[in-house]
Amino acid sequence: MSPTYYLYLSAILFTIGSLGVLLRRNAIVVFMCVELMLNAANLALVTFSRINGDLNGQIMAFFVMVVAAAEVVVGLAIIVSVYRTRRSASVDDASLLKY
Amino acid sequence: MPLDVATFAAAGAAASSLHGSPAETAIFWIFAPVCVLAALGMVFSRNTVHGALFLGTVMLSLAVFYAAQDAPFLAFVQVIVYTGAVMMLFLFVLMLIGVDTRESLVETLRGQRLAAGVAGLGFLLLLFAGIRQASIKSSVGLADANTVKDTQGNVVPGQGNVFAIAKLLFTRYIFAFEVTSALLITAALGAMVLAHRERHEPQRSQQDQMRDRFKIGTHPTPLPGPGVYARHNAVDTPALLPDGTTSELSVPPAIEALRIERGRDPQPAELGRPTVRKGSE
Repeated sequence: MSPTYYLYLSAILFTIGSLGVLLRRNAIVVFMCVELMLNAANLALVTFSRINGDLNGQIMAFFVMVVAAAEVVVGLAIIVSVYRTRRSASVDDASLLKY
Repeated sequence: MPLDVATFAAAGAAASSLHGSPAETAIFWIFAPVCVLAALGMVFSRNTVHGALFLGTVMLSLAVFYAAQDAPFLAFVQVIVYTGAVMMLFLFVLMLIGVDTRESLVETLRGQRLAAGVAGLGFLLLLFAGIRQASIKSSVGLADANTVKDTQGNVVPGQGNVFAIAKLLFTRYIFAFEVTSALLITAALGAMVLAHRERHEPQRSQQDQMRDRFKIGTHPTPLPGPGVYARHNAVDTPALLPDGTTSELSVPPAIEALRIERGRDPQPAELGRPTVRKGSE
């Protein structure tokens, strides 16, 4: 089986994730969709690593995972603090800078 | 033989790689639909907790793909970091914020959903065209890369993917690795600062709480439990007072209403005193 199929799967997952970011308005769901996009990119990196016979792609995926973990921690803390002040996790309600 | 990392890695290396085998094809065609369906389920499920579980499914099937693609280290890290830590954190925040925060279905921007769908489809077609155009003739495979060579260029037996990644990580990428630790510490500190809440009013002491309780003027002590002196201790059976009357305080108002509605209002005489069994005295 050609590894290209993994790339197609990665593209599909990335698109679904970006659709979720565009469609959903719950901040946590938006965040989960961003995680899905990161995971799809990781799958592409691992597949490229295999196609080229080079472990650098896997190292890159590893660093993406580390940065994603840090990003989740800070992002969820921001969501919690926004929820505390606005009593809502909807991204539409966080518009204090607008007016 | 002690079961250490080296033997584990050797066992992993001995199990021949799935590269291009029918087994890999089968694994792919089983888990790829699961993965895509779960991703769709995450985007379209109303319940946020269901969405989080769908995301967990996607991450687990990605771990399977990593394992099938000669990346066992990443497969384990995927399960531990993503499915373990990140999903845990997501569910934790979900419970903190309230699972039942409903999302309004009203479109704030008119035609946004349609536009998003069209843009997503276009993006997908673009990616597919790019992948089709890319001249991926054959894949080299990681059989050679997943080995560690000594200075003479001989393959060190029993050192597979984990050792090869460690060798790269602690030589060429050592600076990035160190910077990563700084990033993690910064993230932990940032989360603590963001989630911290200052106390604006002094903490209420037990004395304050007691004063407030008596100031209201309602029943200051706990209410009597149901059926304490009656023959049943069911919730809808009122407690008997020492003088034989029932205590209305002992039955929650909602249950009281239900009881009267169903016509089961036991009379004090019916409840009576506990029957004295023969021979018990």
